Amino acid sequence: MADVWRHAWLLARKDLLVEFRSRTAIVSAVVFTILVLLVFNFGRDPTAAAAVDLAPSILWVTFTFAAMLALNRAFQLEVENQALDGLLLAPISRSSIYLGKLIANLTFVAVVEGVGLPLFALFFNVRITPVLGPLVFVIALATIGFVAVGTLFSAMTARTRFAELLLPVLLLPFMLPPLIWAVLATAALLAGRPLSEAGGWLRLLAAFDIVFVTLAIFLFPATVSE
Amino acid sequence: MKLLKTGRWITALGFALLAAVYVRALAFTPVERTQGMAQKIFYLHLPAAIWTEGAMFFVGVASIFFLFLKDPRLDRFAEATAEVGLVFGTLVLTTGPIWGKPIWGTWWTWDARLTLTLLLFLMYVGYLLLRGAVTDPGLRARYAAVLGISGMCLVPFVHLSVYMFRTLHPQPIVIKPSAPSLPGEMLATLAFSFVVFTVLGVGFVIQRYGLSLLHEEAEPHA
Repeated sequence: MADVWRHAWLLARKDLLVEFRSRTAIVSAVVFTILVLLVFNFGRDPTAAAAVDLAPSILWVTFTFAAMLALNRAFQLEVENQALDGLLLAPISRSSIYLGKLIANLTFVAVVEGVGLPLFALFFNVRITPVLGPLVFVIALATIGFVAVGTLFSAMTARTRFAELLLPVLLLPFMLPPLIWAVLATAALLAGRPLSEAGGWLRLLAAFDIVFVTLAIFLFPATVSE
Repeated sequence: MKLLKTGRWITALGFALLAAVYVRALAFTPVERTQGMAQKIFYLHLPAAIWTEGAMFFVGVASIFFLFLKDPRLDRFAEATAEVGLVFGTLVLTTGPIWGKPIWGTWWTWDARLTLTLLLFLMYVGYLLLRGAVTDPGLRARYAAVLGISGMCLVPFVHLSVYMFRTLHPQPIVIKPSAPSLPGEMLATLAFSFVVFTVLGVGFVIQRYGLSLLHEEAEPHA
């Protein structure tokens, strides 16, 4: 088991290093996030609805789009030049490949969300500092769930035609339930209600995370074995 | 070819029985007091809804066994079932609004149950799209199995959220912890319709299975 994690970490570090050296994907994803927030600002009527009513939806739609960008590139990187075959030949288990990709994707999405959250607070004048801890907790719970499914699916779509289009079509139905719960929990937090009130949604999010991370670890070998 | 013929006969029988369902529902089942004739659509809506969700379960189970046994028959069955699930899903999403307009006053509302049926429908579409996007048959079968299993695991979550939201949709009246609250005659019509939909579903799946066999014979390497 220790080996699985060590290999996963090595793989994640490789991915993040590639990312850090080029910085194209992360910079594009961050800029994309800012642009989506901008579009939202002009896509709403500020006199008709208060920002705080729309805020949870804006935050989560932005994160959804940003995550989709990140997930699309995770396996694209390996499909180019058949790097995936090299990975599969390496003496490491398939589970560590999946976990490595998951860690790298989570880090990537976390960075984008880390930039997006303060900008969101700034642009829409939402006070997030009093609820920052619980809010980050909700974001982390939801992100783990959909990035876990997304990492699994992107391993498949990367090797199909129209990968960029197919991933959102397959993934969005799976993102919707955690997204609904996250929006409800975020709305409760931003309205100044305590985290315990959103307990039901958080439990569902946690259950979703556990089920789908486990499932993906079991199913991932089927997506890569030759 | 023989399979295709069997499927056709079962489907034909299913359609004949469906006509009988209509006759029974319209002529021999009492009219619901508050909803009037609009309630009749319920005898199509509910059986189709049950099989829309049930089909996902069959796709998932067939997919699990496929990953262990690598039997192409299981993959063909999963594909056929997913297509039938899509057809029943379309039926649910069509009959729902037709009933909703006179009773709720709106074709569509973002009610949990409606959202979830739509989600299920989109999952079937995604499943079939993924099958279409992969050319290698072995890869296609494995990818489809992974998606099928994930889909089956999503359904309980979806179902769970249904009960956590306040909803406009009529609450379950047949499958619920206490005894069914539907009058006996209506329940009989509903049960009959459910059997008919099962026959139809089986007929469709067998036909579709036969078709994919023919397809594989015609294009052995496609």
